[in-house]
Amino acid sequence: MLVMAEVAAPQEYEIVIQPSRGWLNIPWREFWEYRDLLFLLVQRDFISRYKQTVLGPLWHLLQPVITAAVYVVIFGGIAGIPTDGIPRLLFYLCGLLGWNYFSQNITTGGATFVNNAHLFGKVYFPRLIVPVSIIMANVIAFALQFIPFVAALLFYKLATHQAGNVHLTWYVLLAPLVLLHVALLSFGVSLWLSASTAKYRDLIHLNQYVIQIWMMATPVFYPLSLVSHKWQWAIWINPMSVPVEAFRICLLGHGTLHPTEIIISTATAIVLAVTGLIAFQRVERTVIDSV
Amino acid sequence: MKPVVEVDKLSKLFRLGTIGASSLRESVERAFGRKKTAPTAAVKDSRIANDRMGPEPNTFWGLKDVSFSVQPGEVVGILGRNGAGKSTLLKILSRITEPTSGRAILRGRVVSLLEVGTGFHPELTGRENIFLNGAIMGMKRAEIAAKFDQIVEFSEVSTFLDTPVKRYSSGMYVRLAFAVAAHLEPEILLIDEVLAVGDAGFQKKCLGKMDEVATKHGRTVFFVSHNISAVSALCDNVMLIDNGRFVMRDTPAAVISHYFSSTLPDGKESDGQVVWPDDASAPGNQFASLCGIKLCGPDGIPQNTFEADEPFFVEVHFKARQRLRGARFNLQFSTLEGEIAFVATDHLYQFEVLEPGEYRSTCHIPGKLLNRRKYRVGLHFGIPGDRMLIEQADYLEVTIGGSGNQATIFPDYSWPGVVCPAVEWHVERTPEAALARSAG
Repeated sequence: MLVMAEVAAPQEYEIVIQPSRGWLNIPWREFWEYRDLLFLLVQRDFISRYKQTVLGPLWHLLQPVITAAVYVVIFGGIAGIPTDGIPRLLFYLCGLLGWNYFSQNITTGGATFVNNAHLFGKVYFPRLIVPVSIIMANVIAFALQFIPFVAALLFYKLATHQAGNVHLTWYVLLAPLVLLHVALLSFGVSLWLSASTAKYRDLIHLNQYVIQIWMMATPVFYPLSLVSHKWQWAIWINPMSVPVEAFRICLLGHGTLHPTEIIISTATAIVLAVTGLIAFQRVERTVIDSV
Repeated sequence: MKPVVEVDKLSKLFRLGTIGASSLRESVERAFGRKKTAPTAAVKDSRIANDRMGPEPNTFWGLKDVSFSVQPGEVVGILGRNGAGKSTLLKILSRITEPTSGRAILRGRVVSLLEVGTGFHPELTGRENIFLNGAIMGMKRAEIAAKFDQIVEFSEVSTFLDTPVKRYSSGMYVRLAFAVAAHLEPEILLIDEVLAVGDAGFQKKCLGKMDEVATKHGRTVFFVSHNISAVSALCDNVMLIDNGRFVMRDTPAAVISHYFSSTLPDGKESDGQVVWPDDASAPGNQFASLCGIKLCGPDGIPQNTFEADEPFFVEVHFKARQRLRGARFNLQFSTLEGEIAFVATDHLYQFEVLEPGEYRSTCHIPGKLLNRRKYRVGLHFGIPGDRMLIEQADYLEVTIGGSGNQATIFPDYSWPGVVCPAVEWHVERTPEAALARSAG
């Protein structure tokens, strides 16, 4: 009956098509209208990734464990990079939590126009739905990735006496805020990457290197305390340093962060998101004529 | 009543040669002023009429000052040659791309069906795809759920609902996709060429459904198709677009006849032959161009009337301007009503690689194939899966006469059908005794 009512009241909808003006007009109302599509895209991304794999979503659990194990051997064993007295496996698993979420977001989200050119060329819906759905779908992956981390944490805390500097503090309640920080930051970066790769295909090839280098510059496998004063500026200009270290403070009770760094990183995330939205909207208007 | 669609001076400017993203290097070079020439390889394209050139060099109007309005419940067909601007108009109306100037007001929900199965994900099941596709088209989850059973019934794939659509046959895929589209309930439906797929029976069902949507539910439908018979059967009126401009809007019959009288391209045409003496006027581009097309019998003299029983030849004379790999002609015979009789390709007979030079490709049309009627002869030249070299267009008309291969005693009437091929019959009398035995 709801259906009939909507069809009977067409006057509600009046779409005006004209060259758009202004910097930023986010179609909030339309976005809300299409909320079902948002959830279906989240579902699609999640389901389609694991169809025809034997282990399915278990890969989300395995992948960080494998990566962390490799780090234990290379960065811990061979390179001997200290981990602030935190068991190595736990240290890397924690660092990877935030980093993996970020890098997954920007790899898929950063190619929104390129990957969906066909779809965008055939049907209209608010284009922003796609990057938002990717960021939401990856939260599920993040939650799954949390499981091996918690398992390792419990193991070190309860079964062994090697937990070292690990302390559970009330900061753990701030962890969702840190996740939100990463989400906002990766949203902004995704929008910028989407807009620029749509215009310049060359940049797609650059993206993977950017992500690799960015990871090296982020304290995923080394603690911030190890960074000498000479290199402090590198931490300040990298907005991902703060959330990765912040996860360690929240979840392991150990890390070094100054309020200035948090403020700078948050401000960067907000600026990137807003300017990213502007760039994304400039491109989405006519991108289909050129992709 | 307020018109449901109002279009006012809608225009869209395209940049020539930027079909395909520009590269970073180009932009950088342009920014630093190192590249003095045009930003993209300028294609000298004689097909773009002078009045279609844009204000800057290398730009052209895909659509220029198009205005019209449509009342609720109207079914409007859009006709025009390839590149006339039909698809651009639909893309602007469906908000896929923005116009350069002008505006359009749409009063109602819009669904554009520029392709069936947009957004279908091969790994998802039929059921999952119904919901996803419906949502992409702008339906709410609850609406899809309410119509789910109807959609499944219409699609005839109920047994495979929980199978991933990548295992579907192409027919099933199209049926499911159209079923979702047919059950959307927008006030304005934009349809582009989607009926070109699917088997004849299903096409008929789709046309019926569209007709029902328009007449019973009073919805507005825009219909772009090369299927002239579908256009004239479905549409209340038809709009003709040429060179990005609005030409006329009238009854289907009036527009279709105008369309056909205007689509034979220029060229020095005499009976049974068309010749382009200079490259500038010839259809083609920097890769290849046509020199001439000739219809003739075994004697090689061009003519435009042939006996239905006798074979004849279509000779295409063309120039390869660059080295071409895998290029082939598609020769198309169609009726004056626009129905395609058949398409023949020289794919299997063509050289694999054409070095630059002049060539002649000849098609032998066997006798006892065509019906006694008039046909239009068209062709296109391209490299399949790579690029179009010369777009599809009709160049000549040919009349097939004589007594016909299934000679009737009424010389003025031909058999129905677009072709009338010679088929073999075998008639025999079966012994009655044998019949009785097998029945017993």
